Amino acid sequence: VSNMIAKLAKTCTLRISPDKLNFILCDRLASGGVSTWCELEQENFFSEFQMEGVSAENVIYLELTSENLSRALKTAQNARTLKIKLTNKHFPCLTVSVELQLSVSSSSRIVTHDIPVKIVARKLWKDLQEPSVPEADVSIYLPALKTMKSVVEKMRNISNNLVIEANLKGELNLKIETELVCVTTHFKDLGNPPLASDDAPRDRDPAAMAEVRVDIRKLLQFLSGQQVNPTKALCHIVAGRMVHLDLLHEDVSLQYFIPALSP
Amino acid sequence: MPLLTQRIQDESDQYCLVASLDNVRNFSTILKAIHFQDHATCFVTKNGVKVTVENAKCVQANAFIKAGVFQEFLVREEPIIFRINLTVLLDCLSIFGSNPMPGTLTALRMCYQGYGHPLMLFLEEGGVVTVCKINTQEPKETLDFDFCNTNVTSKIILLSEGLREAFSELDMTSEILQITISPDTPYFRLSTFGNAGSSHLDYPKDCDLMEAFHCNQTQVNRYKISLLKPSTKALVLSCKVSIRTDDRGFLSLQYMIKNEDGHVNFVDYYCCPDEDIPQAES
Repeated sequence: VSNMIAKLAKTCTLRISPDKLNFILCDRLASGGVSTWCELEQENFFSEFQMEGVSAENVIYLELTSENLSRALKTAQNARTLKIKLTNKHFPCLTVSVELQLSVSSSSRIVTHDIPVKIVARKLWKDLQEPSVPEADVSIYLPALKTMKSVVEKMRNISNNLVIEANLKGELNLKIETELVCVTTHFKDLGNPPLASDDAPRDRDPAAMAEVRVDIRKLLQFLSGQQVNPTKALCHIVAGRMVHLDLLHEDVSLQYFIPALSP
Repeated sequence: MPLLTQRIQDESDQYCLVASLDNVRNFSTILKAIHFQDHATCFVTKNGVKVTVENAKCVQANAFIKAGVFQEFLVREEPIIFRINLTVLLDCLSIFGSNPMPGTLTALRMCYQGYGHPLMLFLEEGGVVTVCKINTQEPKETLDFDFCNTNVTSKIILLSEGLREAFSELDMTSEILQITISPDTPYFRLSTFGNAGSSHLDYPKDCDLMEAFHCNQTQVNRYKISLLKPSTKALVLSCKVSIRTDDRGFLSLQYMIKNEDGHVNFVDYYCCPDEDIPQAES
């Protein structure tokens, strides 16, 4: 997961609460306004977990360089045990200690990484809340991300922005248009998830397309960051405003928001 | 691909060119072999497609894709000529990835309505359809190198592997490549003159790589390396190459390329010699 995050952004905020870990990326509008909210269930990852936050909500916000974390965890790939602690060694650190089992001898070694972090002041917490999702016009399951990635990669060569459109009949189109060429890729039979809220029966024509124009690099960034094939990938389109991509791995959920460009 | 066929069927009358292909790579690899400039001119006749790329009025590459390569090839008027952005065309053709997973083929259907209309491409892989409309441009006159058989002074047919290594190791600090072909030793020699000294590479007449060797008089010609380098793309794909020069020193490289279906296609490079050969020659 941290690898994936590292690909998406340089720095991220880690939110620790008793039952969840969240990686939060929040770009300022200047750099495109993409934001990511990644959620890990604490129970599934750690066998022992202790924490004490400052506030009544019992949360801690840390800002760290995502590459440092992913590098530290790389050594942990074949590790027997892994401990992550928040420590204060002159400056606040996230200490990752990895117990490595050497294959030859039965002895083990402990490798410790100290990752400098910045504690986020409470007054900034409000910027880091779980993003509220406006109600989507169309939600649709995404096609195989690999296919989608290669299509978007080629489109990137030709154009800078791309129109994503989808309807409630399981059809998704990716479209680019330039003076030279106009390319549309049609995906069909993708399926739409059942609507979450039944109370608002929407009389939307199932064939009508909801469309949004996005920066193609932002979409590609999301697609190339994916390392594992998710069990479920959803795309929610709020016409003309944003795309919300929602990935579900087994223990991890990742949400990625790309704001729309003006047409 | 019932969907594709169905969609086009009713419109198929208005097109002057309809060509379809089960494996787009048979088409795209050959085009890649001549992709050293952005723009290409396409000539379509009943026999097939010829795509021409030129650079600096000195070098011309032609790719011939025979009608037999296509599963369907319909030409309503002859000849069809248009100019197109080859970079965009190749991006479109490989939209589902340049290295497809084994077992999956991308099918292509290509339609053109005629002068002033865009070239339409319909690509399909695993139920996913991509439609591309590439605008065509006013065709430009292409060079006629007037390279005819009667003026050919020497002709060599080599297995490509023999030349591949030589070309990939060419000293790029040298501005020119000198080709010597003579009826006696050194028979066929490639020379470069770079910063680090000059190098000569000789192919004896009777080596295994040489399939044919015809030469009556010694010829020494120089060609700009920058013009010849793009032909490496074709060389890599080819199995045999024929090298010919005529009495004016013009060079013709003809590459034989076998595609995945076993069809044989040809890619030609013509290159004119570098004018100023220094007199002091060793």
